[in-house]
Formats: sequence, structure tokens, C-alpha cells
Amino acid sequence: MSPSLVNAPARDGLLRKLSDVLVARRGLTLMLLLTPPALWLGIVYLGALLALLAQSFFSIDEFSGAIVREPSLKSYGELLAPANFDIIVRTFVVASLVTILAALIAFPIAYYAARYAKGRVKALFYLAVMMPLWSSYLVKVYAWKLLLAKEGVVGWAMHAIGAGGLLQAWLDAPLIGGPSLSVSYTGMVLVFLYLWIPFMVLPVQAALERVPATLIEASADLGASPAQTFARVILPLALPGLVAGAIFTFSLTLGDYIVPQIVGPSSFILGQVVYTQQGTAGNIPLAAAFSVVPILIMGLFLTLAKRIGAFDAL
Amino acid sequence: MTDAAPPVDPTPAVSFRGVARHYGAVRAVDGVDLDVAPGEFFAMLGPSGSGKTTCLRLIAGFEQPSAGEVSIFGEAVAGVPAYRRPVNTVFQDYALFPHMNVLANVCYGLMVRGMARPERERLGRDALAMVKLAGMDRRRPGQLSGGQRQRVALARALVARPKVLLLDEPLGALDLRLREAMQGELKTLQRSLGISFVLVTHDQGEALSMADRVAVFNQGRILQLASPRDLYERPRTSFVADFVGGSNVIEPAAVNRWMGAARPASLRPEKIKLLAAGAPARDGVVVVAGVVRQVLYLGSVNRVEIACEDGARLVVAAPAALAPPAPGAAVRASFQRDDLHLMEPE
Repeated sequence: MSPSLVNAPARDGLLRKLSDVLVARRGLTLMLLLTPPALWLGIVYLGALLALLAQSFFSIDEFSGAIVREPSLKSYGELLAPANFDIIVRTFVVASLVTILAALIAFPIAYYAARYAKGRVKALFYLAVMMPLWSSYLVKVYAWKLLLAKEGVVGWAMHAIGAGGLLQAWLDAPLIGGPSLSVSYTGMVLVFLYLWIPFMVLPVQAALERVPATLIEASADLGASPAQTFARVILPLALPGLVAGAIFTFSLTLGDYIVPQIVGPSSFILGQVVYTQQGTAGNIPLAAAFSVVPILIMGLFLTLAKRIGAFDAL
Repeated sequence: MTDAAPPVDPTPAVSFRGVARHYGAVRAVDGVDLDVAPGEFFAMLGPSGSGKTTCLRLIAGFEQPSAGEVSIFGEAVAGVPAYRRPVNTVFQDYALFPHMNVLANVCYGLMVRGMARPERERLGRDALAMVKLAGMDRRRPGQLSGGQRQRVALARALVARPKVLLLDEPLGALDLRLREAMQGELKTLQRSLGISFVLVTHDQGEALSMADRVAVFNQGRILQLASPRDLYERPRTSFVADFVGGSNVIEPAAVNRWMGAARPASLRPEKIKLLAAGAPARDGVVVVAGVVRQVLYLGSVNRVEIACEDGARLVVAAPAALAPPAPGAAVRASFQRDDLHLMEPE
């Protein structure tokens, strides 16, 4: 009889036996593979989240500063105090602006990359989008602070091309203006936009990449103008990507506490409040309650997105 | 050229005059003239890369010609974008919108033209009934089988009653039985609607069975434009004979020996008879001796392949009622001189 696989001498008897068992019992293999990530998700991730949620129902004793470990809605009540509620609204507006602007800027880039760029140009596109992520976040933010400062490059360039008046008018405007770009909401939004744009471009590009060219031709063939094709075919099919990108830009802005500290006006943004409440103020329950706000906002956002059919094409 | 009768209507549904489409040095379409008559089922047949699909895209408006003129019902359509042309297309991959249900897909063309919902949904349901998909309105394209998707694509392209329907390999993705059933249905549909169908296919069976006239493409040019019968019986060149298939394509050398004309020729298998040994040859009949290489039983006939002594190869369709010769047997094949169809050199 010719040497068969079954009779071949096993060099590593034990390993071989183990692989035979794993191949034969797929359930066991799956369990072995999934247990570590399940533990990670369950304990480290969900556990931390639940601990946070639990903390938010505690309150702080105003005289002693000690945490009262009894469930109450006191911390949530504090969120509605005018000073705190202002912060929530301000943060929400900044995050929305960053998200909308990111979508507007990212879409044409992503569309070009998905539909027209080929070969080397496409590689360059990925490089250009990803490269800002390679350098340190802090370096970039401080660089922007200098660029946007009163005597910074942006101001200098605006004056050089004779648009100094325009810049001044912008800075004089209420809310969006300030003494200089680096201490205005405009500057803050610009820096956020710069930081998070790759997180919008990539999912939108991935979504557009999955839209077959024949769908666009079919739409035109059936009599739809380019604007109609965009509204009825391209945009609905890109919506999952836009929503994914918006989740990134929105939640990253909601949680950030470093950018608003370096660039922008002195008024607080949500992340900064969480940072000070759990740090200097030692009010962990209020910090936890503040942290629940982004979770609620994202939950609402996703529900809304599902309502308008953003995930129908998935 | 042995064409079918030219179209009677003075304004053709689609007409090409010296149309060319070049991509750099590649001549995808290289000087094509053709007229599709109103109400005609017209097929463009050819191997991949022969320019047939580019011609279809030139009619649809997805491509613009590098030279020449395309007209639809007498109107030159140069510069007219796809969405303003009175033609609709059934795409090879169907191109159904995945985020819309079947009815919304079918009604899409009517919706973008601004038709009110009740009216367009009524027409959409009629179109779905026409392709035997009534009641499937709410399904998503992803929930349908290939054959059903094909019907939705057909309903969507026909609901706005285009003047010309373009079909790009519409049956390519279907299995054999479904394909044969759809061939019959498409033909019936085209007759009852009375609009021109332009079919692009690489399947000669599809082209011959459905079309009124067939244009055979190769390397961006039309080699022959004729009725299916003419194409089969009187192919113009050996490429056409080869591609349309079924016939024996005889080398010029062999034709020269048999008839004294150094041109390629085609000879239909059913025109050849196998002679009993010693039977006398008659006037006007060519007799070739050879050896049987292979016999295939095809039901109605036996397909007998013969290697002739002079080097030619012949396929003979021998009636199945007669006992076929055994492989390796010496036989004589005979055919009428007139049945040998002389073709033009390539």
C-alpha cells in the first residue's frame, strides 16, 4: 500500500491531534477565538460604561465634598442648570457644524477618489488623507494655534492679498469672532475640521466605491438629470458612509477636551467640563452625567438616521 | 452583399453614418453604417471587444462618437445627454437600484419626469404584470432571483414606452432553460409593443432566433448585415461563417480542387450525403473520399466528422434514421456544387 496521509507518521503528535480536534469541532474553535474579545468587550468596555452610568446616579455632598452612593437624579438635574445646559448646547452646535462642514468638504474628495482616481493617483489620495494622522495630535493643534494667531500665517496672508478687512469683519462678528482666529469659535471649528476630516472621507469613499457605475448610467438612461441622479441614487447609497463619518466627527468633537483648551474662546466645551469635574472639582457624579450626554445624542442621531432610511441600502 | 430588403420607412429608428469611436489608438468602433427600422428587432452579434457594446452605448448616449453621426428617428443626437434620449436600456447586470423596492425601481423613470404618484404606480403595476411579476411590488431587488431581476429591468425600461429599447446581453446571466424561455418572451413582447429592439449579444443562437436582422461585428466593423437566414445560408466571409456557426468552412485550397475557384466557401452539414461504397457519381455533384473521425448522436441527426483524403474536414448531418458509419470507416461524402457557397476572402 502506498503511504497515505492517514498513516503518515505525525511529527508533532500533540499539535496535530489538537488541530484535528479543532477542525472537527467548529463550535469549540469559534468559542476559543471569541472568548478573549468577548471578555474584553464585556468587562473592559461594557463594564466601564455601566460603572460610568452607575456613577452618574450618585451625587455629591456639597459641604463635605464626599460622594453619596445612593441613587438620585441630582446630577442630571444639575445638567439642566443654565450654566451647564449652555455648555451642552454650545458643544452640540460646534459638533454639528464640524460634522456638516466635514461632510461638505469630504464628499467631493471621496467622490473623486471613488469614481475617477485610478492607480497612482488613488495611492496619492490615500496618502494625502491619511498623512495628517501620522503626526502627533498635540503638535498639530499647537501648530494651528500659531497659524491662526493674530500675527500668524493666516492673518498675514489675508493682509498680503488685501483681504485684511474681510478677516477683521469676520472677527468683529458676534459669536463666531474674537480678538484673533486662535481664540474664536471659527478657529476651534477649523481645527476640529482639520483633525477629523480623514474620518469622514474614508467611510464616504468606501460607500461610494460600492455604488456600481451602471446604476448611475441606468438613472440617466431612465431620464434623470445629473442633479436627480445625485439626489435619488448617489446620495442615498452614500448615506451609510456619511452617517458612519458623522458618528466619528460628531463623537470625537463631543469628547475632545484638548483642542478647546488650546484654540478657541475661554467658554467651556463638554469634554473640558468632564475633565475639570472629575479632576479639580472632584465631582465624579456630575462628570459621569455629562459623559452620558454624548451617548444620548449619538443614540438619538442613529435613531433619526434609521428613520430617514440611511441604512436601507446596507 | 446579400442583405435583407432595406427598411420601408424613410426615417429609421436608429441610424449610424460613418460612426467611429476611438480610445487613443484603439479603434473600438471603426466606421459603422447601419439603419434600424421602426419596429424592427435588430441584433448586434460579435465576440467581446468587437465594438457591438460601444455601438449600443453610442445610441444610449453614454459615449460620444469620435467621428460620424448617430440619429434617432431622423434627429442627430450629437451632444444630447443620455437623460434626454427617447431610448431605454436593459443592462447586462440589470443595474436595479438596491435601495428601492421593485415598484419604485419600475416607476423611477416616470417619477423623475414628474408624473404624479397614483398615475405612475398604475403604469408601473401594468408593466410588472406585463413581465409576469404582478404582486412583487414591495420586494427589494436583493430578494429576487436572477430571472425575476431581469424581468424587473425589462419592465423598468419599457414602462415609459421608449421609441427604442436597447438590450445589452440581457440573457447572459440566466441559466439555459430560462434563457430559452426569455428568448420567446422577448420576441413576443417586441411584436406586441411594436417598438424597435436593439440587442447586443455574443450568442449567435440568441441573435438568430430573435432578430429580424443581424449585424455581425468584428474589430469595430460590421462584416455582414443580413437576415438570420441569409447569415446562415450565405455568410459573406469565413469569420462570419465561423462565428455564426453550424456550417463547414472550407479552405480556398480545397475549394480550388473541387470547383476551380480559390476562395473560401461554406457548406451546410445537412446538404452533405454519405454515399454507399461504389455508388456512381452524377453530374454537378462533388464526391470526396475520407475517413470517419467521430460520430455524435444528437437526437434528430448524427453529427459525423470526416477527415477527407485531400486534407479538408467535413461535418455531415446524417439523418438519425440511417445507421451511422463507425469511426475509422472509409466513406464518401457528396454534395451539390450549388450548395457550396463561395465567400469573399478576408
